Amino acid sequence: MVVIDATGRPPMASGAVPRPLRSRNPLDHGVPTGREEAWRFTPLRRLRGLLAGPDADGKVSVTVSAPAGVAVEQLDAADPRIGRVLTPADRVAAFAMARAGGATAVTIPAEAALAEPVIVHLHGESPRTAAGAAAGVAYGHLSIEVGPFASATVVLDHTGSATYAGNVEVYVGHGASLTFVSLQDWDAGAVHVGAHAYSIGRDAKLRSFTVTLGGDLVRLNPTVEYRGPGGDAELNGVFFTDAGQHQEHRLLVTHTPRSCRSRVTYKGALRGDAAHSVWIGDVLIEADALDTDTYELNRNLVLTDGARADSVPNLEILTGEIVGAGHASATGRFDDEALFYLQSRGIPPAEARRLVVHGFFAEVIDRIQVVEVRDRIMATVAGRLGETPADDSAEALAGAGPAGA
Amino acid sequence: MTAAVSTLEIRNLHVSVETEEGPREILRGVDLTVRKGETHAIMGPNGSGKSTLSYSIAGHPKYTVTGGSITLDGEDVLAMGVDARARAGIFLAMQYPVEIPGVSVSNFLRSSATAVRGEAPKLRTWVKEVKASMEALEMDPAFAERGVNEGFSGGEKKRHEILQMALLKPKIAVLDETDSGLDVDALRIVSGGIEAVRAKGETGILLITHYTRILRYIKPEFVHVMAAGRIVDEGGPELAAVLEDSGYDRYVKAGGATAPAGAGAGAVS
Ligand SMILES: Nc1ncnc2c1ncn2[C@@H]1O[C@H](COP(=O)(O)OP(=O)(O)OP(=O)(O)O)[C@@H](O)[C@H]1O
Ligand SMILES: [Mg+2]
Repeated sequence: MVVIDATGRPPMASGAVPRPLRSRNPLDHGVPTGREEAWRFTPLRRLRGLLAGPDADGKVSVTVSAPAGVAVEQLDAADPRIGRVLTPADRVAAFAMARAGGATAVTIPAEAALAEPVIVHLHGESPRTAAGAAAGVAYGHLSIEVGPFASATVVLDHTGSATYAGNVEVYVGHGASLTFVSLQDWDAGAVHVGAHAYSIGRDAKLRSFTVTLGGDLVRLNPTVEYRGPGGDAELNGVFFTDAGQHQEHRLLVTHTPRSCRSRVTYKGALRGDAAHSVWIGDVLIEADALDTDTYELNRNLVLTDGARADSVPNLEILTGEIVGAGHASATGRFDDEALFYLQSRGIPPAEARRLVVHGFFAEVIDRIQVVEVRDRIMATVAGRLGETPADDSAEALAGAGPAGA
Repeated sequence: MTAAVSTLEIRNLHVSVETEEGPREILRGVDLTVRKGETHAIMGPNGSGKSTLSYSIAGHPKYTVTGGSITLDGEDVLAMGVDARARAGIFLAMQYPVEIPGVSVSNFLRSSATAVRGEAPKLRTWVKEVKASMEALEMDPAFAERGVNEGFSGGEKKRHEILQMALLKPKIAVLDETDSGLDVDALRIVSGGIEAVRAKGETGILLITHYTRILRYIKPEFVHVMAAGRIVDEGGPELAAVLEDSGYDRYVKAGGATAPAGAGAGAVS
């Protein structure tokens, strides 16, 4: 039987966005029981003890490849850049900050215009043992700073296996523009819990893509704050949740200064027994955030019975003077009429399904300008659907015609 | 050497749909034969079963065939899946074409041409072919980059259906109210597209319509009147003229229980 939760469920009537306690001290955060709003969807047992902050006994290696001019450093634990953007809102993030023993910092200088992306490859080197023991525990911290008026693309690529608690702080300078991709392409046994905190400068632009494909359990908590007016944050997400996987994305966008914009677009496909996705979209528009423009959307496509998608948008507005604020959430099955239409044109059922899923994700994935990353995601999705990618003659046609719209 | 015939034969077709009150019979014994090169019009009031007939030919899973047969050149169409029917040469231009977000028209057209033709068309000739067909239907090339039917107007959707027919070159094309929702210009363009396929003489056309105005552009050799799930009258093009004047009242009143004499309208059945 299919359980589809929160299909078009209206937001909480009064729209109270939770204000979690924020502290770097793990012991300030209570041990969740699973009944808390922030934890009620997460299978705590599958966190493999991360809530207790065990000593690291595994390894996630960090390799950075960056164009000339980009500084890559190792910060020690006392460096003031650690914690500048992120103050942990839960035990796992606090333990990760305390236990990571410093951070890897990537700094893009002011006014730099990077032609090539910065690639940060995090590889879990602690697979589950043959005896069935859990993947080794590892902690990590990344600090990314984009100088004023710089423009850059940074790709975070998570592969391999580990039980990983990793935080990411992203500081976008005034007038800067950052495309940020976090790809969770873990092996099957991995557990990944992470706080991704973004701070957007005045007139700065963030375009982020959070793509979760692999792992046993992935729970990410992207948060956005603005340091001045004119900030623009586009948070895109894609997840493909297969049998037994738990993939949870909990977003919080806080509009404090005036005239900032946020767009949240997450799309997920779920397939197989006990595939479980959770999407929480909290947007808080504070009293001084006049002229705010925000919209958030989560769409889920449930491909088979036995999968479950939870989707909870939540908007709290404390000022009346806004440009727009809205949200939408919908979870549905394959559109049978679309499948019929494709098949009535001779396309076999399996390919028809693949086209529909491809089309469903295309809206988000096609925005990723990093071709290798985009192709890899599409290939992974196509592979999961058991088909080869479509032969696409779109470009040839566009090139042949006068209109390239 | 004998030319391929391409004959669609529908015999005593009974079709039901599942409703909340249980199965409901909609087609109650339809007989129809369409051969390559022929053009048939099926006319009838709202709800008489015209779309049900077209979906049943195409194999829509919502419609259950409870009796009778459909064959194409003797092959049992009812035993084929939806995609296999299309590959066998059956095409349905839908009354309400479906939107498929994110799947570009160009990708869709190429996927379907590859499936129907059995091999991927050569890219260069394919691009030319698509461009020429789109031009004939006065479609902006930019449509190729849009999602299938996504945000298309009613008229644009219908042009897109006829574009597909032109590219897939079916043996039998069922056009379900392709004329509805078209303004005068669009009707002329779409009719021109249908006429071009018809003129090649390789396709049998079953033109389903509610109105006679498309018949000014496309002259059917045979006109069938459907009411309450049956073909209740048949004739030549002159039957359409009678319907234009008198409408469907007498068929509706008869409820399809008994077929009014087609002879009165000069029918040849
Ligand atoms: N899926 C369905 N469930 C219930 N009833 C249906 C279904 N499909 C068709 N019907 C009913 O069957 C009858 C015939 O419908 P159909 O769409 O075939 O008519 P039509 O002749 O195409 O009408 P129109 O001229 O309005 O397009 C109608 O009474 C309709 O309500
Ligand atoms: Mg109809």
